[in-house]
Amino acid sequence: MTVKQLSVFIENRPGRLSAVTKILGDNDVNIRAMSLADTKDFGILRLIVDDFEKAVSALKTEGFSVTTTQVLAVEINDRPGGLSEAMKALYNDNISVEYMYSAFINTKENTAYLILRVENVTAALEALSEAGFALISQQELASI
Amino acid sequence: MGKYWNEEIECMAHEDMKKLQSERLVKQVKHVWDNVPYYKKLMEEKGVTPDDIHGIEDLHKLPFLSKADLREAYPYGLLAKPLSECVRIHSTSGTTGKRVVAFYTQHDIDLWENCCARAIVAAGGTKDDVCHVAYGYGLFTGGAGLNGGSHKVGCLTLPMSSGNTERQIQFMQDLGSTILCCTPSYAAYIGETVKEMGIKPEELTLKAGIFGAEPWTEEMRHEIEKLLGIKAYDIYGLTETSGPGVAFECEAQSGMHINEDNFIAEIIDPDTGEVLPEGSKGELVFTSITKEAFPLLRYRTRDICILTREKCSCGRTLVKMCKPMGRSDDMLIIKGVNVFPSQIESVLLKISKASPNYQIVVDRVNNSDTFEIRVELNDDMFSDTVKSIEDLEKKISNDIHNILGIKAKIRLVEPKSIPRSEGKAVRVIDKRKLV
Repeated sequence: MTVKQLSVFIENRPGRLSAVTKILGDNDVNIRAMSLADTKDFGILRLIVDDFEKAVSALKTEGFSVTTTQVLAVEINDRPGGLSEAMKALYNDNISVEYMYSAFINTKENTAYLILRVENVTAALEALSEAGFALISQQELASI
Repeated sequence: MGKYWNEEIECMAHEDMKKLQSERLVKQVKHVWDNVPYYKKLMEEKGVTPDDIHGIEDLHKLPFLSKADLREAYPYGLLAKPLSECVRIHSTSGTTGKRVVAFYTQHDIDLWENCCARAIVAAGGTKDDVCHVAYGYGLFTGGAGLNGGSHKVGCLTLPMSSGNTERQIQFMQDLGSTILCCTPSYAAYIGETVKEMGIKPEELTLKAGIFGAEPWTEEMRHEIEKLLGIKAYDIYGLTETSGPGVAFECEAQSGMHINEDNFIAEIIDPDTGEVLPEGSKGELVFTSITKEAFPLLRYRTRDICILTREKCSCGRTLVKMCKPMGRSDDMLIIKGVNVFPSQIESVLLKISKASPNYQIVVDRVNNSDTFEIRVELNDDMFSDTVKSIEDLEKKISNDIHNILGIKAKIRLVEPKSIPRSEGKAVRVIDKRKLV
């Protein structure tokens, strides 16, 4: 149970984030989670969107470099120690996290969603499920 | 020691020089015909034999050699002496396909070093001088050429090679360097460092500099002269003809005297190959008339230049060439190194199946060349992690360094962000104002 993340390469110069988000907005694509990795010269904008195919095709048409990655969307408790429990479940199975960020979505009052990028997706899925964490699918994500 | 290293040759009457060149050319053509099947074939294709060459008036009958010929004949195809008679090679940067390897017999080394000795003496050098050679040593001809010339003159030679600037300055102070030999941009850099270290030019013992291997301007000359308190002289050469010392500047500082007893210079129309009268602007072509191992006949340098044969105030009668005014191909000289855009392309092709678009941006900041390569990142090269993209940047940078011997700043840019002119990407932006 994974979701598709799309990453866009953007140069560090004014107007690039504006250009990407405008393309998504003009195509009625809703951003459900995002993070920006920045370096001196460039950034990688990582996005989880409701309509993945539409987002990718719109960005590619406009000439952007886009890549797809399978990531996990994990439901955690929105209280002190909630994130720590998820990290502990991964650590117990010796799984390291490449990067992670939080999502804008929220189904219940006291939950939050975490986007996780790991090297070994199957092992991470197993570790989290066994520890009782709920994960959401691409379809579920689109309907939230 | 007088004003000249070889007065008889350097001040020879033009008519006598023509006679000497004619004799040597006739002999050289026969040597090449007998020993270089590659060139013999070119001559046969043009319907010329050594019997048609009676003197320099017949030079135009011979076929040209170009860099493409050197590539095709790599490595031994243009060698005119058995390897057992050769004592050294030098080489230009490049991928295997682009590399030029030149061979030298001991006789060739002596000729070359004598050419460099003339340059050192023309810059005021005598056996009492301390000659500080900060050109790179190794395959590059700069270090070896001036080192050899300095030995011939009898200077105390400091084989410094380039880099470690503070140590260079320390040696200059401790050992009293009087003549500095390096690229003009490195000379300017040394000058800036001297200033930063709070040393005044008059505290140094330097009196002259011999600078070449890259294009430079009159403004740069004045700046270097001021920074180091010296007179700065230009020197010209290329690995294909031997190295530095094909031509050198004298006290008049108004063009470089070509060592005509070793090299016949012609100016041609780069499009038609037609020989142009002296004084015209065109492509410089050299014929080596004394080299044994690697005697190139009518080698097209691709440097655009003008030759003048006015009387020089220094007394030399050797024809003068101006600073090269440009190129008739796409070669760039960056930090003294020959760079072809196709070399960059070959590196990028190995990185990505879909050949990425790229652009070379060259500038000169504080008298030093900057070299940036912008590469459009395609889907094939892109990844969601910073580390893998930075690894890619590093890989491109290392591969470029391996091929060219100089470092480039790699800047990854978005697809289609490099401006295209009439659909074709603009490959090179050279912001240096050198002409």
